[in-house]
Amino acid sequence: MKTSNGGNSFLDQVIKATPGGEKLVLCLQCGTCGGSCPSGPDMDYSPRMIFAMTSAGMKDQVLSSNTPWFCVSCYYCTVRCPQEIPITDIMYTLKQLAIQEGRYEQRKASDFSEHFIGYVENYGRSFELGLATRYFLFHNPLKLVNMGMGMGMSMILRGRMGFIPERIKNMDQLQNILDKAKQIAKEGAA
Amino acid sequence: MSTNSGHHYGYYPGCSITKNAAAYGVSTDAIARILGLHLHEISDWNCCGASEYFSINQLPAYALVARNLALAAGEGATEVVAPCSLCYVNLYKTDKNMRLHPDLKAKVNRALDAGNLHYEPDTLKVRHLLDIVVNDVGYDGVAAKVTKPLYNLRVAPYYGCLIVRPDTGFDNVEYPTTMDKLMETLGATVVDYPLKAECCGGHMTQISDTVALELIRRLLHNAAEYQADVIVTVCPMCQLNLDAYQADVNKRFGTNYHIPILYFTQVMGLAFGMTPKDVAIGKELVSADRALTKITAEPPEKPKTRKRDKKALPMPDMIE
Ligand code: SF4
Ligand code: SF4
Repeated sequence: MKTSNGGNSFLDQVIKATPGGEKLVLCLQCGTCGGSCPSGPDMDYSPRMIFAMTSAGMKDQVLSSNTPWFCVSCYYCTVRCPQEIPITDIMYTLKQLAIQEGRYEQRKASDFSEHFIGYVENYGRSFELGLATRYFLFHNPLKLVNMGMGMGMSMILRGRMGFIPERIKNMDQLQNILDKAKQIAKEGAA
Repeated sequence: MSTNSGHHYGYYPGCSITKNAAAYGVSTDAIARILGLHLHEISDWNCCGASEYFSINQLPAYALVARNLALAAGEGATEVVAPCSLCYVNLYKTDKNMRLHPDLKAKVNRALDAGNLHYEPDTLKVRHLLDIVVNDVGYDGVAAKVTKPLYNLRVAPYYGCLIVRPDTGFDNVEYPTTMDKLMETLGATVVDYPLKAECCGGHMTQISDTVALELIRRLLHNAAEYQADVIVTVCPMCQLNLDAYQADVNKRFGTNYHIPILYFTQVMGLAFGMTPKDVAIGKELVSADRALTKITAEPPEKPKTRKRDKKALPMPDMIE
């Protein structure tokens, strides 16, 4: 697909990093995505606005907004978009770019993601996504037991909370695969 | 004959099942035994990255997921079955995007090669456990095993997002009904409520309690409005959010919800005559004990259909 966008390198960057991302240039600004979005009211800019801003090359504002971080990946926008733009995947791309460029101001969200994958990269398995123990230890050691919100002790008593994930057997193999993938990703970005 | 004929199910349990969602795992094994479903756990499977790895770096995220696909294919699986919606969508998306984007496929396979693995997209069908139950076992196959129907239990099927979106072709993306029919098959009274495919808040409980608790509140409110005794889920994340944060919702909004959140496999087990303990009921934070006492031995009375009044105005004829 042709992506003539008047030399907008930010738009190109987003498109390149997203499988199927070239459809982004077809955005009609119809607002279906924003209207479908459960997090919409709490976002700095609605998904529709984010795409207008991306097309306008407003990289700083886009990458420092909370919008991609408040995306819950519900895919409502994606299935409803009349132009079949892979919106949810573009939100993932924007998060990735925000981290790469150090532009994000949503430290809490990206810290959470980074801690989570830290586990995956060391154990091949993760702790519970919704029970981010290491994340809580890191940010808020005193709150570990009451978890800030809710549950804590009850989860422990019901045996539902693990503190360290199991480790897979062939961790070396997984590490080699991930290292290689990171190297390829770097080549691509250069 | 085994339900597996022609299928080799590579089972991808996912990390949650090893701990938080152990009840899902236990009840899945229990119903699989009864239904004659053979789920072969993929040996040495790894985490799918949940919703987090794709946020950090997409290529390693795809490679992480693809290792599981490669392992399953290597074990002769024809399909991969995931009980967790998030695992399901990641596995599905990786297979699909590798198929549609040759560049991605080449890169992922270059990475896999570093671990002496390879995955040819489309080798496997990625399917959710619910899909296997309703389509491969089928409603009739399930009905044949029901010995203790769940009469008069008002069940609200909760699909959440990722089992139906993005469009995997398994059920309607906006108004899914497969679990409704399954619950009906078990004898339960199905609560058809509008928010059954809305978001549970996902990982937002860890990032913004304002966003997460409001999303959870909406769902509980809607199910309560329709007088659900229990909400039934297909995903560990959904179960966790609605169950473990229900008390926080009550505190924040001054509400008094007490709706137990069970896995669909747990209620299937009950209908198959197992005890609550057999299907790990009791692990939920909002206890299901009270709700389960609503189950009766007799089916609910059918609402009487009124005869048409002879003198009533004629109904319009339907034109074919
Ligand atoms: S729904 Fe699609 S076409 Fe409409 S504004 Fe959103 S991205 Fe653009
Ligand atoms: S996938 Fe993200 S952006 Fe799209 S509707 Fe859901 S929360 Fe909003």
